[in-house]
Amino acid sequence: MPLLDVNGLVTRFDTHDGEVRAVNDISFSVHEGECLGIVGESGSGKTQVFMSIMGLLAKNGRARGSAVFMGRPILGLPAAELNTLRGVHFSMIFQDPMTSLNPYLKVSRQMTEVLMEHQGMGRKKASKRAIDMLNLVGIPEAEKRFDMYPHEFSGGMRQRVMIAMALLCRPKLLIADEPTTALDVTVQAQILELIQRLGKEFNMATALITHDLGVIAGLADRVLVMYGGRIVEEAPVNDLFKDPRHPYSRGLLNAMPRIDAAGHGALSSIPGTPPDLQALPRGCAYAPRCPHAMERCRHTLPELTTISHERKKACHLDQLP
Amino acid sequence: MPSRPTAVTDANAETAPLLRVRNLKVHFPVRSRGLWKNRTPLKVKAVDGIDLDLEQGETLGIVGESGCGKSTLARGILRLLPLTQGTVDWMGTPISSLSSGQMTDYRRQMQIIFQDPLASLDPRMTVGDIIAEPLTVHRPEMSKTERKQAVADMMDQVGLLPLMINRYPHEFSGGQCQRIGVARAMILKPRLIICDEPVSALDVSIQGQIINLIMALQNTYRLSLMFISHDLSVVRHISHRIMVLYLGNTMEIADRESIYTDPKHPYTQALISAVPIPDPEIEKNKTRIVLKGDLPSPLEPPSGCVFRTRCPKAQEICRHEKPRLEKISPTHWSACHFN
Repeated sequence: MPLLDVNGLVTRFDTHDGEVRAVNDISFSVHEGECLGIVGESGSGKTQVFMSIMGLLAKNGRARGSAVFMGRPILGLPAAELNTLRGVHFSMIFQDPMTSLNPYLKVSRQMTEVLMEHQGMGRKKASKRAIDMLNLVGIPEAEKRFDMYPHEFSGGMRQRVMIAMALLCRPKLLIADEPTTALDVTVQAQILELIQRLGKEFNMATALITHDLGVIAGLADRVLVMYGGRIVEEAPVNDLFKDPRHPYSRGLLNAMPRIDAAGHGALSSIPGTPPDLQALPRGCAYAPRCPHAMERCRHTLPELTTISHERKKACHLDQLP
Repeated sequence: MPSRPTAVTDANAETAPLLRVRNLKVHFPVRSRGLWKNRTPLKVKAVDGIDLDLEQGETLGIVGESGCGKSTLARGILRLLPLTQGTVDWMGTPISSLSSGQMTDYRRQMQIIFQDPLASLDPRMTVGDIIAEPLTVHRPEMSKTERKQAVADMMDQVGLLPLMINRYPHEFSGGQCQRIGVARAMILKPRLIICDEPVSALDVSIQGQIINLIMALQNTYRLSLMFISHDLSVVRHISHRIMVLYLGNTMEIADRESIYTDPKHPYTQALISAVPIPDPEIEKNKTRIVLKGDLPSPLEPPSGCVFRTRCPKAQEICRHEKPRLEKISPTHWSACHFN
């Protein structure tokens, strides 16, 4: 049984100028201990999938479908019930650590609160556990810094504090939403290494949401490629990079400038712009930008279908030319 | 003392480069907080003694992490910020001491493109007015119809439909907004464009479109570019030479091949090894130089070599003596005691 099983997830936002179709009928699962990469550009729905599952949608958002976590349906649970799971069995970290740290409270208070609330620990025991966790994520002089406010930490250190907080209750699943996008590249390397090491140490599954295929290449075991609120390709990481089957995956891979490539000619890019989620086309959302689009692509939506063991794609083409 | 890092001009020192910057410093005073006034006022040394030359048609990539001074350097050169010290020569003419009125003649030859495409465009102006604004300032003799024609031509060149001339910025996507920014920078046919993180806010699939556009314009007009970015992969693609900054100081400057295939400075080595490569087989087997800690506070930069607190090679000498930029080859300079 997978750790998390999502079926037919649909997420909509009501706005004053119409409905935004952010997530459109998505099904996937996360297995114990694996790192699942979710890659897509802005507006692809990659973040909203997990905001829906976590029950963190904005007020104008609603989700339907099903999400089963460790055998328990969690989609649409009331906040009180979700709170017995969130931060305990699954946690989420964000691009900007300040969005999940309270600037008015000392780190010590924010960290021990979780343990005292969820695990009924006493203050002393909770403090010890929290300091241990800060040490584990590589915060120097953790005991001294334990009583500091979030603003007294640098960007990289704040991200470590957030990871430490997310892992306090040893969750089975960590959802990391662009965890290194706001960080400098040398600090990014430290944080990615940390996420990878802790995942192994705790046998914790990670859902890594990012736009950076380089980050995916280093960490993920399996990858979902998202476009226009749908999964367009699902594959083990090596297969996806070596032999992408969806034209969008291939376009994205080709568009990544590589530091190990000596090229100085034109960069490959994808013509056009990402789809408008308020006016998604009837057929394949990628068709207007796809170099291989056929008549059929414009009016019939391609389903995500299994093409071989562990591989799926949503494209009418039998094979990429 | 070794001569200045004039990498490209070494051979023909006679002809002045398009842009020559010497010992440029931009410091920001910081008011001391707290009950007792600090006797020595604190200063953020955002740019602390930088030399560079830029030839016509050349692209100089400027890389470094946040706080390294790369944007301040650009704004200092354009005199959008007051210089603390140093000189800027434009085709042999010193311009760093000119008044802002005298600068006007030079400003039309040097333009800048910013990172956030939407934020750098006035939301209440139409695209046509935004692109035409430099013309109304610098070419007041142009008639309205001439101006409109010039704007339409430029829109066409940057890949915007001229019939969109009366639309507002919010009606455009991020990539299109950046095209507007490029058109505004290009309308005066400048010789130099400083690109300050021009594609960092764009999606990967769009980045290439803008990079290709900038490179095509460079070819057509023999533009010189200063391309500022934290993304070393993009910089490798577009630059002829690359300068690596750390805490306001130049760590290394070299031609593109040398920087990426044979970096000499430990910081450059760490920076390059930290960039993830979109290939799982390479990425999962790579040994990475992971630097310890974070950037030190620019208010209290380390003594001696500014990089020594994170440097895996640091020795006693690095604490006491600031390393000079030293010539490794005619096109390669590095500031490290252990070059």
